[in-house]
Amino acid sequence: MSRLQACFERLSADSRKALIPYVMTADPAPEVTLPLMHAMVAAGADIIELGAPFSDPMADGPVIQAAAERSLAFHTSLHSVFETARQFRQTDTQTPIVLMGYLNPVEVMGYEAFARQAAENGIDGVITVDMPPEEADEYVAALRAHQLDPIFLIAPTTTEARMEKIAAVASGFVYYVSLKGVTGAATLDVAGVTERLALIRKHIDLPIGVGFGISNAETAASVSHCADAVIVGSAIVNKMAAQKDNKSEQTATIARNVTALLQSMRVAMDSNRTKV
Amino acid sequence: MSDKKDSIDYSSMPDERGHFGVYGGCFASETLMQALDELKEAYHSSMSDADFQAQFDADLAHYVGRPSPLYHAERLSRETGGAQIYLKREDLNHTGAHKINNTIGQALLAKAMGKKRVIAETGAGQHGVATATVAARFGMECVVYMGAEDIVRQAPNVYRMKLLGATVVPVTSGSKTLKDALNEAMRDWVTNVDDTFYIIGTVAGPHPYPAMVRDFQAIIGREAREQIQQQTGRLPDALVACIGGGSNAIGLFHPFLADESVQMYGVEAAGEGIETGHHAAPLCAGKPGVLHGNRTYLMEDADGQIIETHSVSAGLDYPGVGPEHAWLKDIGRVNYDSVTDEEALKAFHQLTRIEGIIPALESSHAVAYGIKLAARMSPQQTIIVNLSGRGDKDINTVAGLEGIEL
Repeated sequence: MSRLQACFERLSADSRKALIPYVMTADPAPEVTLPLMHAMVAAGADIIELGAPFSDPMADGPVIQAAAERSLAFHTSLHSVFETARQFRQTDTQTPIVLMGYLNPVEVMGYEAFARQAAENGIDGVITVDMPPEEADEYVAALRAHQLDPIFLIAPTTTEARMEKIAAVASGFVYYVSLKGVTGAATLDVAGVTERLALIRKHIDLPIGVGFGISNAETAASVSHCADAVIVGSAIVNKMAAQKDNKSEQTATIARNVTALLQSMRVAMDSNRTKV
Repeated sequence: MSDKKDSIDYSSMPDERGHFGVYGGCFASETLMQALDELKEAYHSSMSDADFQAQFDADLAHYVGRPSPLYHAERLSRETGGAQIYLKREDLNHTGAHKINNTIGQALLAKAMGKKRVIAETGAGQHGVATATVAARFGMECVVYMGAEDIVRQAPNVYRMKLLGATVVPVTSGSKTLKDALNEAMRDWVTNVDDTFYIIGTVAGPHPYPAMVRDFQAIIGREAREQIQQQTGRLPDALVACIGGGSNAIGLFHPFLADESVQMYGVEAAGEGIETGHHAAPLCAGKPGVLHGNRTYLMEDADGQIIETHSVSAGLDYPGVGPEHAWLKDIGRVNYDSVTDEEALKAFHQLTRIEGIIPALESSHAVAYGIKLAARMSPQQTIIVNLSGRGDKDINTVAGLEGIEL
């Protein structure tokens, strides 16, 4: 059983929902990422989305665009992301890591070489923003050959016919983009999301994570009513941006600030559970 | 390779999902996939809809001023001492470039699809002006994304767009040029996908854009093919066009692809020289990858990051190229080469002084290559050079390079 599947089964047995923070590798500096990943797990994160930077992040808003620029200033590559995962795995063998990025770095490396190295370094799933299921045959085959879960996005505009196409290739979980727009945009409409998730569940028998527009404990808690996982990106990346010029205590300050945000979300999501 | 080439039905490309061989395709974020499907349907039905085609043809005739002349540049040909050079005068179109052919077509589609708002990216500003123009004519809201650096380089076109009622949004991310403007337009489209039509200005982007823009621009080659036969009694020996994204080039080339005797030359921007790395020539010096929705040749580093490009001409300053060109390169049907900033500037002055035609800096690359090519050919042979745009927008740039303040 994959780490992702085991994670969702464990949570489900406990009637809890997954909390998935996103961090861009080497943002705002390479030494920040690894201690932050461990701190996030300690604060209640169940899965970590580890960002691979791209020079042209078309689906991202200004917050994550800036994170990619900060990361690329250190020439962060897929190899840097793999190395970060490898080091994380030395002390944490349980928390799944999902690599999130854009297609071109993966294309240039080659699907097979990418999948092999991702798996060897302890990555569990891959989200490639600009890889739709129609183009994904070879990519999915390479990931599957190395027991990696291909994770696909579903949008408010996704038709039921497309949900079927996604169901045919996805595993691990699916990522519901809660609004039409880029990352870090306005807050989401919980009622609308609840309705869409019911429709998605008719077509796709996988856990559903919801992301885009979740920035505080209250929204995290209300989304966790209907979703299997709550994904938090820009709200965390904002904590990096705030410390980008802090040279003396950067790593510790970021870890402390992200921990505070995740703990508040964890508490709100778990108190939800007892009410149900 | 030639066997393969001979058996190709060029009119059948791309396949149903937008592939030209391994290139093209539809690599877009999920939010846009449904909109792209709807666009594909609207485009396919418009292509076989007699009313749509009649409207398109009428607009090209009475609003754009087509057919554009095919002009025999006799004096330039004589001075070059080689092949006869004919200029396809896209610079004489309304708004001064070939871009309007495509924006008319896409605006008619937007209208048919009930979209009230159009957005565009622009480099030199010609596509932005052409989009703002059709938006004014159809009464649509128009937002144009333009790199902050290009806004400085192309100030007259920025003002022109504003006069036409468009909002010009400066893009300050990345290299602040055309590719970043395209990223920002994509972000707008993802956010406003219900009421917005994205008018892409070149034969790049996710399917169906490369095929659709080509079909709207192919009027250039259809006219040129007829005109050259009327004027010389036969097909030309060679075609030359500049390539940024490649829309004017594919527009000229496509109707000639099956004519085996016609050689074709696509001219990329070599900037300060291919060997310096400061250029915008992905077909000559790049590698395949995926950017802006399609697989094609790109300027990228070993990690797959897109690298900054350089060209004196804002319209060629793009790290990718239309996927059909990538395919035509691989099968060997079209020759791709490059011309430096310096050579293009020399041709800019040469055409201006010898023929009294001020070419756009983009088109000056084609003129420079056409002159070099003609010199190697005989006076009995003919070349068509696509004069894709006029140079009025570039006079500030050229004056600046010569230390003159206007």
